[in-house]
Amino acid sequence: MKSSIALLTLLAAAFNAQAADVTVEIKRFLFEPKEITVALGAKVVFINRDETLHQIKADDGSFVSKALDTDDRHEQVFATAGDFGYVCTLHPFMTGIVHVKK
Amino acid sequence: MHEPLDPSRRKTLGCLAAWSGAAVVWTLVGGVPRALGATSSGIAAGTSQHAFSFAQISDTHIGFNKPANPDVVGCLRRAAADLNALPQRLDLVVHTGDVSHLSKPEEFGQAHELLSEIRVDRVHTVPGEHDALDDGLNGYLKQFDHDGKNRAWYSFDQGGVHFIGLSNVLGFKMGTMTALGDEQLAWLKQDLAHVSHSTPIVVLAHIPMWTVYAQWGWGTADAGQALALLKRHGSVTVLNGHIHQVLQKVEGNVALHTAMSLAYPLPTPGQEGIGEPGPVKVPAGELGKLIGTRELTVVRGKHELAMIDTPLDHA
Repeated sequence: MKSSIALLTLLAAAFNAQAADVTVEIKRFLFEPKEITVALGAKVVFINRDETLHQIKADDGSFVSKALDTDDRHEQVFATAGDFGYVCTLHPFMTGIVHVKK
Repeated sequence: MHEPLDPSRRKTLGCLAAWSGAAVVWTLVGGVPRALGATSSGIAAGTSQHAFSFAQISDTHIGFNKPANPDVVGCLRRAAADLNALPQRLDLVVHTGDVSHLSKPEEFGQAHELLSEIRVDRVHTVPGEHDALDDGLNGYLKQFDHDGKNRAWYSFDQGGVHFIGLSNVLGFKMGTMTALGDEQLAWLKQDLAHVSHSTPIVVLAHIPMWTVYAQWGWGTADAGQALALLKRHGSVTVLNGHIHQVLQKVEGNVALHTAMSLAYPLPTPGQEGIGEPGPVKVPAGELGKLIGTRELTVVRGKHELAMIDTPLDHA
């Protein structure tokens, strides 16, 4: 019984770690933070705080957002471990990276 | 929100104009438009029977509604009225991209309607990156497919000039500038093969065809290849938008010009205190001095085009 509870606690902890949203804000043509590390299955929320449009695209093409106007957001769940660099397709000097750990 | 643009910029542009005066006559002085057509040799192009006049407008951003300009529709209407009121009838209007702000069908539709208020034979456009959001150029091409080939590059001849419209808004690469791409460059080579070296050429493209400021992506990575193809032609004028301000560069027979927007100003390249190329909000009454239109006149036998940049607010 005890071990079952311990397992459930562990699972819950793992679930919480995965479910915790991480936010990346776009401010003054910069991704903040530019580099993040998240658990497998985590959801990253990108929010555009600029007056200018931005659009996020993964370097490997695995995800692309709609064009984000002011305060628009893009939610991305990372279901695969690895390093995912991304860029603003409209301003390719804006780059960021998400490290996804198992 | 940014600080207002440096008021001394117009003076600086005046100096640049003097520097390149051999190639292009610059008639913007302190934002005051001058009589059309003074050329380097003093001939009034506007009075020549052989002159062909057209206008460039750019970056209308129909759909934009932020504080930097809550009335972009009104600004395009004013520009249309100004062009219709010119003493000489224009033959053509070219729009160098960012017709819309969000690539929405209703924005393209409204822009198409507004542009049709300008009394000219035709309006030709090239796409900006704001016209290529989400579903690429599909929405744009529904309204602005100029030669029916469902692609954003094309050429046509009018008034003895060979016009070439290019698309440099789909080729963004990570950490670099945009590009025309090999397919378009191959088409350009083929297109130019049929154009005599003495025919004046006007190239339209949204993003500058020279590197204005790489840190902000203000340039086209493979523009050099396009310009190399154009070099052997006697008169080449490249008209760009994107950076919402007037800048120019002359390379041999190729003169490159960016234009004002009809929506809002952007900072000067690397402007001190401004770290990014976002809309600049200026005090009330200043906006109309920083957005506007350009009229151009081609005079047969002259390789330079006469140009006038006219702000919306003018005498």
